[in-house]
Amino acid sequence: MTGRVLVVDDDPALAEMLGIVLRAEGYEPSFVGDGIRALSAFRDVRPDLVLLDLMLPGASGIDVCRAIRAESVVPIVMLTAKTDTVDVVLGLESGADDYVVKPFKPKELVARVRAQLRRGESEQPESLSIGDLVIDVPGHLVARDAEPIALTPLEFDLLVALARKPRQVFSREALLEQVWGYRHAADTRLVNVHVQRLRSKVELDPENPTVVLTVRGVGYRAGSR
Amino acid sequence: MQDPGAGSVSPSSIASTPPERSGRRRAGSVSPSSIASTPPERSGRRRAGSLSRLRAVPGKLRRHWRRSLQLRVTVTTVLLCGVVVLVIGLILLTQIRDQILGVKTTAAIAQSTNGIRYAQSQLAAVDPINGDDVRTTLDRTRLQLTERGGPAGSFYVVMFTGAGEEAIPVAGLNALALSVPETLRAEVRNGVQSYQLATVDLGNGVPVTTLLVGSPIPSSIDDFELYYLFPLDQEQTSLALIQGTVVLSGLALVLLVGAIGAAVARHLVRPVRAAARTAERLASGRLEDRMQVRGEDDMAVLATSFNDMAASLQLQIRQLEQLSRLQQRFTSDVSHELRTPLTTVRMAADLLYAAREDFPAAVARSTELLQAEVNRFEALLNDLLEISRYDAGAAVLDAETTDLRKLVDRVCVATHPVAARQGSELIVAVGGRAVLAEVDPRRVERIVRNLIVNAVEHGEGLPVEIAVAGDDNAAAITVRDHGIGLKPGEAAQVFSRFWRADPSRSKGLGGTGLGLSISLEDAHLHGGWLQAWGEPGDGAQFRLTLPIRAGMELTHSPLPLVPEPRTPATTAAVHAAQEAGRR
Repeated sequence: MTGRVLVVDDDPALAEMLGIVLRAEGYEPSFVGDGIRALSAFRDVRPDLVLLDLMLPGASGIDVCRAIRAESVVPIVMLTAKTDTVDVVLGLESGADDYVVKPFKPKELVARVRAQLRRGESEQPESLSIGDLVIDVPGHLVARDAEPIALTPLEFDLLVALARKPRQVFSREALLEQVWGYRHAADTRLVNVHVQRLRSKVELDPENPTVVLTVRGVGYRAGSR
Repeated sequence: MQDPGAGSVSPSSIASTPPERSGRRRAGSVSPSSIASTPPERSGRRRAGSLSRLRAVPGKLRRHWRRSLQLRVTVTTVLLCGVVVLVIGLILLTQIRDQILGVKTTAAIAQSTNGIRYAQSQLAAVDPINGDDVRTTLDRTRLQLTERGGPAGSFYVVMFTGAGEEAIPVAGLNALALSVPETLRAEVRNGVQSYQLATVDLGNGVPVTTLLVGSPIPSSIDDFELYYLFPLDQEQTSLALIQGTVVLSGLALVLLVGAIGAAVARHLVRPVRAAARTAERLASGRLEDRMQVRGEDDMAVLATSFNDMAASLQLQIRQLEQLSRLQQRFTSDVSHELRTPLTTVRMAADLLYAAREDFPAAVARSTELLQAEVNRFEALLNDLLEISRYDAGAAVLDAETTDLRKLVDRVCVATHPVAARQGSELIVAVGGRAVLAEVDPRRVERIVRNLIVNAVEHGEGLPVEIAVAGDDNAAAITVRDHGIGLKPGEAAQVFSRFWRADPSRSKGLGGTGLGLSISLEDAHLHGGWLQAWGEPGDGAQFRLTLPIRAGMELTHSPLPLVPEPRTPATTAAVHAAQEAGRR
């Protein structure tokens, strides 16, 4: 599978190494070394995925992430050396879909990239409903009363996963496996942050959700009408 | 804080580790077992049984008594003052009473003596031949004596005539004559003037305290007895009045002194209470709070010293906070600066490792070594950064409601390959019910993973048993191995950083020596306990106890630290595994 990957990293050695690994997997990497030029590089390259280091000279990784997210739904994977919840949640809230903690194994990185690029492939004609929303799965459309709602591919997948099995309560771990492609995954913060982001877009009142419901101590499930 | 021997049954020993200790490596030896507990288990000190409401009231009073200095000072003052007033009052009243009675008695005796003289003179003028004459003279004398009056107040006069038992009263057998007590008459008949206090009825049906003075009248005619009866009702009235005054003024005095005591105590206690309140606010983190300084007296000195202390504490705390922030910042920077090149090295090593079959033997082996050591270096770096985060006080609890059974299952799945490599089986015993607790799942997973890997590493290929249980207050996870066990005292040391029981022992699974230290810190961050027990040759057990809700205080653990003696089934399993291991 081919795909253009934009690597935003200030460390030339790491960038080159990332390039070697990505090329070996058949991706087309392009590079940019600082935060200020990142956005223009993004517009030039029009990548299928962005690998973004959180600590950059110039604009911070968080700002770059917000800027890219403001004009595109392209998957963003953060590279971070920080594992504290504050840092991780800040990165995810600024629009990243997933993150990899340094130092990572090449296989781990490739798995993350592949999981993000796999989104939106091979779907049957299918129409679902969740709460008062209607989902057109192959068309990647979500609408309330014929009014479309813009979601990132990840948020769309999260919503579809819940809508496909309206009676089932999904644990955070189950969602991590199904939506992010983790196998024995641990970090439930990913799910928490993205459920919140999803709610801010699809709920009429995010404080009192009716589309994505929390089941205390277990996880989430789809809201019925 | 080591406490070997406490609470031990047999040659085991129990030791407590301070929170700083960590890290675990152990070696076999033949000697008693040991238990480490961190922190020492508190025995439920709650009073057994239900206190009835009746007992609660004095309890409340007693608590107030213990807690209020002002109350104690006031009550003590009132009690002491009351005793003094009581003693003085009693002495005063006794003296007044004795004085009044003495004056009365002297006057009465004087009047009695006068009366005798008069009666004697009257009787001397009587012609003894004519009996009627004596009788008339006696009647007249009695009346005259009654009318004469005197310094001793109002009185009655009774005369008897005749010898001994046959004497009869002159005025007939009336109430007055009957009221003279026999004891007094006996003395008078013996020829002695005497007096007596008695409560007698003087004819109006009301008993009255009366002073009776009696004396014989010397005469050649016959035996005569003369009695004066002085009712003391006047004296009693004035005595009662004085008594009332003394009691009232005594009470007033006690109340006044009590009020003064309370006021003085309040005056002295108020700054103490203000200091206590300020200290509490300081303790709760409001470091800028100070006491008010008024005047230049001792209280002002107290307030000033208190404020100086608070200022110095505030300065120190601020400095420490700044130090901690700097350290945190440094840790974060170091973390990033080290991790970025390590990532590159790591990826390069992985690429080389994947292609090692194409290299000459020496280069291929070097690649393997590089790969393994990069892994070790990475683990060490992660653990060091984690420990320094704890040392900087930067660790934050990120708690959410978690089912510990599922968490343990997840860790077991993840650690299964490691266990399989060492030939150890992981046996998980969980109840049917979910064990929900408010914990930081990533930290608890790390603890459980460290415990299991540690058990596998020292388990000699024998099964490792993991149990999960919970109740209304606490949840516990135990990890038991049947390996070489712990020597006495080692249970306290296993949590020390980089501690290894047997330095000659191979580094086995490549642990960093920080795993158990970090686990202990993780447990403490939850307000939980991480404890170790071990016996040489019988393996070791680690127990993690966590409160069900964040911030709750632990009093007990749902699982025992010292494992139950083995059931036949597990014994059989262990023996079978041992046999298999020997072959």
